[in-house]
Amino acid sequence: MTVISVEKDTDALTLTFVAEFSADVERVWQVWEDPRQLERWWGPPTWPATFTQHELSVDSRSAYVMTGPDGTKAGGWWLITAVEAPARLEFDDGFADENGEPDDSIAPVRATVTFESIDGGTRMTTLSRFVSIDQLEKMVEMGMEEGMTLAMGQIDDVLRA
Amino acid sequence: MVVSELTDSEIDRIFQALADATRRDIVSRVLTSGHSVTALAERYDMSFAAVQKHVQVLERALLVTKERRGREQLVHSRIETIGQATTLLQAYEQIWAKRALRIDEILAEDTAKEKS
Repeated sequence: MTVISVEKDTDALTLTFVAEFSADVERVWQVWEDPRQLERWWGPPTWPATFTQHELSVDSRSAYVMTGPDGTKAGGWWLITAVEAPARLEFDDGFADENGEPDDSIAPVRATVTFESIDGGTRMTTLSRFVSIDQLEKMVEMGMEEGMTLAMGQIDDVLRA
Repeated sequence: MVVSELTDSEIDRIFQALADATRRDIVSRVLTSGHSVTALAERYDMSFAAVQKHVQVLERALLVTKERRGREQLVHSRIETIGQATTLLQAYEQIWAKRALRIDEILAEDTAKEKS
């Protein structure tokens, strides 16, 4: 796997992450399509995810719960907005409580993933669009391993000082 | 502010914006609290339009932001916001970098199986 490029737009609050894998697009699509494979990589190892509902079709809702080392649970949901297997996937990635009930007080992150066939494999581009700093902060807290979350808190303190 | 994370053109705009004494003064004034363009204009020996132009240059350089408060527009410092967005997007990038590594591990299992 090679990370090809990362583009951050601090004004529009977007992140474009491009990576290449040495497997064909159909195979890379599978790691998104199959919930058992998806839950092996979506959450950090210390916060494994369990997808209780997942299907890549338009208007379909996915539901997952991540469990931390101390048993704390954090839930999330996806709403699939566009599917063009195995080339393109768009979804809203939102927050949920520990029971998987959607938390609508915070807007979902809009994600667009594209898969391109390249010589010897697949180029995967993920574009994440945030609407506010708060939402971005929440997403980072949820996706980071514990130690990293602590580090983030320290960075916050530095920024406030 | 994590300057290294800004693009060259963004850095150019910041330095150009700060090359002017009035603009430096505006930036330091709004650091602690928001000021209206009218309030700022009273402090300098120049027209309201001229001050507004200076604020625009600072806005383009992402150093300040304007927020409507009733009939007035308040000018705020953005230095902290830029730093926060940069730090958080950097952290989010790390999340994706780790996800890509885990996807790669799953894909590597296929090749291992083919070989055995």
